[in-house]
Amino acid sequence: MPVLLEATLKSVVLIFVLLTGFAYLTLMERKVLARLQARIGPNRAGPLGLLQPLADGLKLIFKESITPAGADKPIYFLAPVLVVVPALILFAVIPVGKGPAFQLASEINVGALYVVGVMGVAVYGITLAGWASNNKYAALGGLRASAQVISYELGMGLSIVAVVLMASSASLADIVEAQMPGNILGWFIFRQPVAAAIFAITAMAELARAPFDLVEAEQELTAGFMTEYSGMKFALFFMGEYVKMIAVSALFATFFLGGWSGPFVDQVPILSVVYFTIKVVACLLLMIWTRATLPRMRYDRLMSFGWKVLTPVALANVIVTAFLIALGVPGYQ
Amino acid sequence: MGLKDVLTPIVVGFATVLKTVTRRPVTIQYPEQHKPMSARFRGRHHLKRYDDGLERCIGCALCAAACPADAIYVEAGENTDEARYSPGERYAKTYEINMLRCIFCGYCEDACPTNAIVLEPIEFPTGYTRESMIYTKEMLLESPPINVPATPQRTPPGKYDRAILPFPPIDESQ
Repeated sequence: MPVLLEATLKSVVLIFVLLTGFAYLTLMERKVLARLQARIGPNRAGPLGLLQPLADGLKLIFKESITPAGADKPIYFLAPVLVVVPALILFAVIPVGKGPAFQLASEINVGALYVVGVMGVAVYGITLAGWASNNKYAALGGLRASAQVISYELGMGLSIVAVVLMASSASLADIVEAQMPGNILGWFIFRQPVAAAIFAITAMAELARAPFDLVEAEQELTAGFMTEYSGMKFALFFMGEYVKMIAVSALFATFFLGGWSGPFVDQVPILSVVYFTIKVVACLLLMIWTRATLPRMRYDRLMSFGWKVLTPVALANVIVTAFLIALGVPGYQ
Repeated sequence: MGLKDVLTPIVVGFATVLKTVTRRPVTIQYPEQHKPMSARFRGRHHLKRYDDGLERCIGCALCAAACPADAIYVEAGENTDEARYSPGERYAKTYEINMLRCIFCGYCEDACPTNAIVLEPIEFPTGYTRESMIYTKEMLLESPPINVPATPQRTPPGKYDRAILPFPPIDESQ
């Protein structure tokens, strides 16, 4: 029973932190994006615009919730849930800090597999939303989402395989431990740069963020799969997207940036959470920076880039890594 | 096309975007800050006065006739020497401009025989209701010069028998 209680408490805290993080991530994105475009960004609601997420949330709650005629109602209502839940449960296996106090289930031995699986489930929400809306734009957005996510999941899975090979464990706690031979060069981003690059690119494609945001390409598809959603259902999609952003940043930090590791974590365990947060925020800033820089890719190029470049390179990387480990090259034992 | 040709523009692009952070935002925080306007900008209308405080407008409604948007409404009243608003027989009893209709073309300015209506580079007409966007004579008329009485004035009989006073000499420096 105490185990169950502990898990429940941790989950509640985690969800609370994630949802607050989601709210302020939207503000951070708008602020940073504005500065990257020589603008100021939201600064009217509260000091420095800090109450902006609250204002947005209240607005969305009071919006009319519309169900389009001809929509497939059960699926239409289920889809937003299918987007949010995988994004939230992705965090279950991520070690947020040092020691079991900051970890929910990160010691399970199929952590990496769980990550790939849950990320794959999230696309159902988007595809079903597009299907159930009875709208051409939404259907096209949903189709694009499924094709895109399937193409890029391969590259992502293979880059994670390289990490798992390096750590010789699929548990995320072990992967963090494997990156701590005492110095920063132990991080997998230095020992597995190709895998890190492929993970970063595919993660952005999985999230359907610029430059891979064809799923909701405003100019072509109005809002893609979200076209027919309004009010809190729209807010749920938004939430799912941003929580997934946090989760994927956390995964990148765990896989390639040494997770919670950093100086003095043995003496002050709470520092590990701080280090982890810093790494996650750095990844988020990188994503926002990318969005401010790169234009959207053309759809056929997106597909050919995924299949003809990323997947073969990721596969070759796995093979090379396996050889290096088998040969016992220093840094790869 | 080699890998270098693909990666170079991306790296340059990222650097360019990052450099923008050091730039000052170009945003003008509108209600608090205003963009500097040209001194000749033709903003909203003002009804002018003579130096002795009398209104220039004589209620002839030529501005209303010239207005392509039909935004001006003028109703004339009779001047008397006991209650004189403007030189000559008549003055504008009612003068209204619907700022939602006005296209700021300045034809009213051109049509005015007494240079009473002038578009000036200050204040943008803004409001929350349609009613508040109809500017009345009180809102358009500028206040009289310092130490000069406002209208209506009591004036000596026969002094203002012409509607159009001689224009002051043109100041070449302006």
